[in-house]
Amino acid sequence: MPLLSEDLRQAIEDYTRRYATRQAALLPALHLIQERFRCVPREAIEELADLLDLHPAQVHDTLSFYGFFRDAGNPLGRFRVWVCRSLPCMLRGGEEILDDLCHYLNIQPGQTTADGAITLEFAECLGACELAPCLLVNDECHGPLTQESARQLVAQLRRAGVQHGV
Amino acid sequence: MAFEPVLLRHLQIPGIQHLDTYQAHGGYQALKRALELTPEQVVQLVKDSGLRGRGGAGFPTGVKWGFIPKDHPGPIYLCVNADESEPGTFNNRILMEGDPHQVLEGTIISAYAIRASVAYIYIRYEYGRAYRILQRAIEELYKHGLLGRNILGKAGFNLDIYIHRGAGAYICGEETGLIESLEGKRAWPRIKPPFPAVQGLFQKPTIVNNVETLACVKHILERGPQWFRSIGVPPDPNNPRDIGSFGPKLYCLSGHVNRPGCYELPLGITARELIEKYGGGVWNGRRVKAIIPGGLSMGFMSDQELDTPLDFNGPLKVGCLGLGTAAVIVIDDRTSMIDVLYNSCRFFAHESCGQCTPCREGTAWMTKILARIRRGEGYLDDLDLLLEIANGIGIMPGTTICGLADGAAWPVKTAITKFRAEFEDYIRNSRSRSVTLRETTKTL
Repeated sequence: MPLLSEDLRQAIEDYTRRYATRQAALLPALHLIQERFRCVPREAIEELADLLDLHPAQVHDTLSFYGFFRDAGNPLGRFRVWVCRSLPCMLRGGEEILDDLCHYLNIQPGQTTADGAITLEFAECLGACELAPCLLVNDECHGPLTQESARQLVAQLRRAGVQHGV
Repeated sequence: MAFEPVLLRHLQIPGIQHLDTYQAHGGYQALKRALELTPEQVVQLVKDSGLRGRGGAGFPTGVKWGFIPKDHPGPIYLCVNADESEPGTFNNRILMEGDPHQVLEGTIISAYAIRASVAYIYIRYEYGRAYRILQRAIEELYKHGLLGRNILGKAGFNLDIYIHRGAGAYICGEETGLIESLEGKRAWPRIKPPFPAVQGLFQKPTIVNNVETLACVKHILERGPQWFRSIGVPPDPNNPRDIGSFGPKLYCLSGHVNRPGCYELPLGITARELIEKYGGGVWNGRRVKAIIPGGLSMGFMSDQELDTPLDFNGPLKVGCLGLGTAAVIVIDDRTSMIDVLYNSCRFFAHESCGQCTPCREGTAWMTKILARIRRGEGYLDDLDLLLEIANGIGIMPGTTICGLADGAAWPVKTAITKFRAEFEDYIRNSRSRSVTLRETTKTL
């Protein structure tokens, strides 16, 4: 029984029509897979390589370059919270917000809360410096924040994450 | 003549993200005008306007387009660089979220000019909102015959636009890194030549243009190259290499100002005017210690240099790398330059793609030295060592493939040159503690 379902394979196949090579569909495919599984499992790498006429090592070469993708040993929580630490946010308290959230959630950047609700990450510039200090929830930006409002936001997400299950 | 914003003009109109509202405000008239011309005529208009790329390098857009081999059988590709990741820069996001059809109209006109049949918008993953807004706008265009085959009834003009989402890597903003990433590989910049205009995406002729550049193209078609040249700064007669800085520019203002934001102004406004008149001054009644004129990689200007015009030439005169993305980050007088420079070095060390040894090792080494200085374990000699490393990495000394290392080096060079006394004081004053610490460690 393959890991990648028929609809997922079809979605990936649809992407390949946009490009002159099948390999070019790799990033869109990896996004689809990580959305589905909250990580990119080893079996998915092998099946995806097969699907795109690549060697598994080529798939791994690309995916490991982008810090974005997770392996099965370290899957994402329900919400991925990226706190910006670059200069425009740092000048307005971004690093303190990141420290405070680490303390509040009792995890380090890159880790996920034990209930599976929140993965905390540091981010480099999110391109929303007029909203500094800011953070991203999955791919939606929130700012300007204070330590209190960041905690409130994360607390809300955590409740939602636990309710919906992971 | 008072300056009239064009790029941000429609942003406040409710529903401007939708095709019917955009068209009700004159949208896609510039495209119609372009399709009455030959592609060569459109390229000539853009050349005549003096438009220079808004993504950081400031290369003349029309000249870049002209590098595509004549009579190439195709396919030819247009890549829209929406990977905006330079710290302090957010104008592309504002354009895509606020007025997506303006960006798409510029894209379609430019694709027509270079005879591209496919355009890819490479957008950083973090711009989820912009992605969804653009995607909806593209679907509208297909429905109304503004994308697809024989666009607006023009026989033979076919164009597809696809959005390609990145996965969080600064280097994808470098045009050949972007191309590699689009091809499904790690985003390692390519050795040039061949330049993308000759051999780019899938080894075919490819033009990579920034979002703001393409938005400008629409207005050049609408108002003509003379209008564009009436805004900005003419070439410096004493500098034969300066080709002028024409047109409106979206300045991003962030950091310690009262009103951070994106401001559309004529190229050549001074940093002081931008901060005081538009940014409402430095926050909490403080003073400027330093600013970054155009995104982190451009380096620092001191408070003595605030009257420098922010055109393509100005920041060079005060030792900065250039105008970059015109993203001004303001640093107030209570901020430690040691902290600021550490933050900068950490960013570039994190984002170095690892392909060239001088960049990979140099950025990490500079970060380690600054971390040590910050802990109070620095030596005065470290400052010269930092300068030596900074002077050795990048395309200027010729040791790397792309300019990331130059961007990492310039903040170091300008900070240590312009704020040396602060670094020396910090090292001296913080060492008195750490010397004891070191000796204790030694006895252990």
